[in-house]
Amino acid sequence: MAGLLQHLINGLAEGTIYALVALGYTMVYGVLKLINFAHGDVMMVGAYVGYAAAFVLGDGALGSLWGAVLVFLVSILFCGLLGWLVERFAYRPLREKPRLTALITAIGISFTLSYGFQLKVQPEIAGKKVTLLPGADPRTFPEIITPAEWVTLHVPAPAPAPDEVDPAAPHDAADDFVEIIIWNWQVISFVIALALMGGLQVLVFRTKFGRAMRAVSHDHRVAALLGIPVDRVIALTFMLGSALAACAGILYAIKDTLIQPMLGVQLGLKAFVAAVIGGIGNVQGAVLGAVALALCEELVVGYASSSWRDAVAFGFLIVVLLLRPQGLLGRVQAEKV
Amino acid sequence: MPETLGTREVKPPLLGVSGVEVRYGAIQALRGVSLSVGQGDVVALIGANGAGKTSTLRAVSGMLKPTAGTVQLAGQDITGQPAHTLVGKGMAHAPEGRGIFPNLTVLENLELGAYLRSDKAGIAQDLERMYGFFPVLRERQAQLAGTLSGGEQQMLAISRALMSRPKLLLLDEPSLGLAPQVTQTIFRILREVNAQGVSILLVEQNAHLALGLAHWAYVLETGAIVMEGTGQALLASDDVRKAYLGE
Amino acid sequence: MLRTTSTLVVAGAACALASWLFASSQFFALQASLVGVAVILAVSLNLINGITGQFSIGHGGFMGVGAYVGVVTSSLLTQFQLLPGAPQVVSDQLVLLIALATGGLAAGTMGFLVGLPSLRLKGDYLAIVTLGFGEIIRVAIQNTKEIASDELKLVQAQGIGAELAYRVTHLGRATGLSQIPQLTSFGMVWFWVFVVVMVTRRILGSPHGRALLAIREDEVAAEAMGVDTTGYKVRAFAVASFFAGVAGALFAHFQAIITPAQFDFVKSTEIVVFIVAGGLGSTSGAVVSAMALTLLPEVMRSLFGGFNVEQIRKPLFGLLLVVIMLTRPQGLFGTHELWDLGKRKKRPA
Repeated sequence: MAGLLQHLINGLAEGTIYALVALGYTMVYGVLKLINFAHGDVMMVGAYVGYAAAFVLGDGALGSLWGAVLVFLVSILFCGLLGWLVERFAYRPLREKPRLTALITAIGISFTLSYGFQLKVQPEIAGKKVTLLPGADPRTFPEIITPAEWVTLHVPAPAPAPDEVDPAAPHDAADDFVEIIIWNWQVISFVIALALMGGLQVLVFRTKFGRAMRAVSHDHRVAALLGIPVDRVIALTFMLGSALAACAGILYAIKDTLIQPMLGVQLGLKAFVAAVIGGIGNVQGAVLGAVALALCEELVVGYASSSWRDAVAFGFLIVVLLLRPQGLLGRVQAEKV
Repeated sequence: MPETLGTREVKPPLLGVSGVEVRYGAIQALRGVSLSVGQGDVVALIGANGAGKTSTLRAVSGMLKPTAGTVQLAGQDITGQPAHTLVGKGMAHAPEGRGIFPNLTVLENLELGAYLRSDKAGIAQDLERMYGFFPVLRERQAQLAGTLSGGEQQMLAISRALMSRPKLLLLDEPSLGLAPQVTQTIFRILREVNAQGVSILLVEQNAHLALGLAHWAYVLETGAIVMEGTGQALLASDDVRKAYLGE
Repeated sequence: MLRTTSTLVVAGAACALASWLFASSQFFALQASLVGVAVILAVSLNLINGITGQFSIGHGGFMGVGAYVGVVTSSLLTQFQLLPGAPQVVSDQLVLLIALATGGLAAGTMGFLVGLPSLRLKGDYLAIVTLGFGEIIRVAIQNTKEIASDELKLVQAQGIGAELAYRVTHLGRATGLSQIPQLTSFGMVWFWVFVVVMVTRRILGSPHGRALLAIREDEVAAEAMGVDTTGYKVRAFAVASFFAGVAGALFAHFQAIITPAQFDFVKSTEIVVFIVAGGLGSTSGAVVSAMALTLLPEVMRSLFGGFNVEQIRKPLFGLLLVVIMLTRPQGLFGTHELWDLGKRKKRPA
């Protein structure tokens, strides 16, 4: 019971981070019908930019609210710009080309980012060593939120089997309960992710821009006939997705404390799988798929073996594709001829 | 020079198309099309399948870039300008196949028609006007547009185009696949819309309907205009009757 | 049939001769084998991605299946005297051939199983599923154990069935499987290069090949013409996976150690780069660019000695993909072939 509860808490925390990344995949797929393989790597860049920002701010700012907000903001701006650049110069020229062309380009950009970040470039500028690219070794993410226990739950421990109980030993009340700790950063991360998702939901379904986005997603030629500036809507969608990825990158770094250049590929793939499980192109589906996937992983880790963790996502994916190819919340769409 | 039947009433020009050519790869779809729409006109384009009617509309509304020729709207050259910039200049195009957004509600579709406008009161007023034209849209406003019948979707497509308050409305086959009664309703509303001052350039398979509504009409054959005239004169022409009215 | 057999015999003999002639140069043999493996991988992936118009990014996974299955087979067989009295070279090559066949068949079967559900779906699903398949293979191998030599001796005493069971559950985890019999000769590699190119050409020239091209050009139309699109796609996928498995087994038998990381997403992407650079759909393009891009790091190493070529190769591959797509998406050859150069140019439809 206690174990299950702990796994549920962990799964939910992990799932919200997956969800933030999955939303980026699903939005870009919505407007461009493109699997943006580079999206996970934008998240990785977000984590590194957050790292650099925290580093520049120095120990004095760590743990303060404004320090943390600044770290997030810098990373969001940087990734938004990166997303815009990638869309403008790599994807837009290929928009009328066969879809495979853009997909291959996306893989190329993912490769460039994830392996480019493994290079170590540290030129000396004005007598000081400046790190431009971090190198392959993992780095410890600074504690921009000082860890503290938010709440400690005492859950009744399972009764020990009768033959294990030593009748002679005095009963220790501490054995009756198991402690489950919920950390402050888990709560903060959960709240931030939830707020971002809620904001996105409002943006997509309650605003003019959201309507335009959905119109472009369905048919960008018709959208243009209504006066919708399709290029700008697509660019903004990319920037929005990248900004969410930046937040996810930092939240992931806070959770995991270590960052390395391949983290985007791994987490990105899973988030993408989550988006497909939920129904690619569907905003609520992405969140549902992400949380479902994270819970599944957490349960496999808890009750089977942690070494199978990375296979769960794809096993889950194959099952969903077999039974419900359009995803959990996706609609069946007729193939356009 | 195309054969001309009847005389055209002189009106101040709204749309001027001259010598427009369009290519799809190796195929030339339009070979020098020239036509004009005066202010307050209903102009019809009739012709067989593949004659270039839809291509003409697309070249006008910026969905296609002409390889030669010019398009002018209210005296301003708009040749080859991207489609989304033309809505602001007073043009609205209800495309072939209606092009409604099936996963958005009817109301959202209509609101997208007014994408470039920010006058809330005016938009609300126009919404009422559309509901007045087609009361069924009001009943269905919260429904997903994909659940509408074909006729209702066509009504939605026309209303959505009108939501931008265009000076010129381009319509591509509004009667396609619809029951005669629905078609009649739609054409009655088009006449009303025109009476309120909106000029219309209409592409239509159903030549009878189109010529009945149009002040002036053009006959397209394999990418070129072969005949033009008043709707009534063309309706009376033997050539037109044989070729397009099935008589 | 007779012509095919005789061409194969001649090619085999030529490769054996070349193997013997250049056996003295270790460096040459290694490079020639690496290049050959790359060519087999590229030509076979081109059958799926270029000719059938699907998109797989899990070719490395199938290569891995072939590599591990092949090594298990050869490790079992090298203990036996298969051809009593024959020289060592001959029996070695026989063992290798059997290992290649089992590796290839295992990968081909996997390809069939993976392809059947995912190729029913249209669009980019194959890309995701193949990617996922590669990951599952990697995780599965990481969940095996390492071989302990004293354990192995005990098991070997219990007979070949017990040893087989032991070996397939002891694939060396992430650290790798070592003590692989060094059986690959570059002659054998190039013999398979010849086979894969010939098979691809044969398929293309047959009604089967025209069906594949029809699927690439317009799947819906192909289906409307009565082409069993799923069936053709799955078969093409299984054949390509078979050759990936053979390539993996060839590769494993000149490596000191194989690890799951050698067959991961990165490897798969490398193969994609080969065929994209060569021109999707062109077998000659796949051959030429696989050769060039495999040798490129060597050339760079000799030109800029001391520079860490291995490190910048991967980001460079990524950039190369982007640049090719933006400037010349049809790659080096487009869909043309070297052997068509002499012929009269076909008019584009």
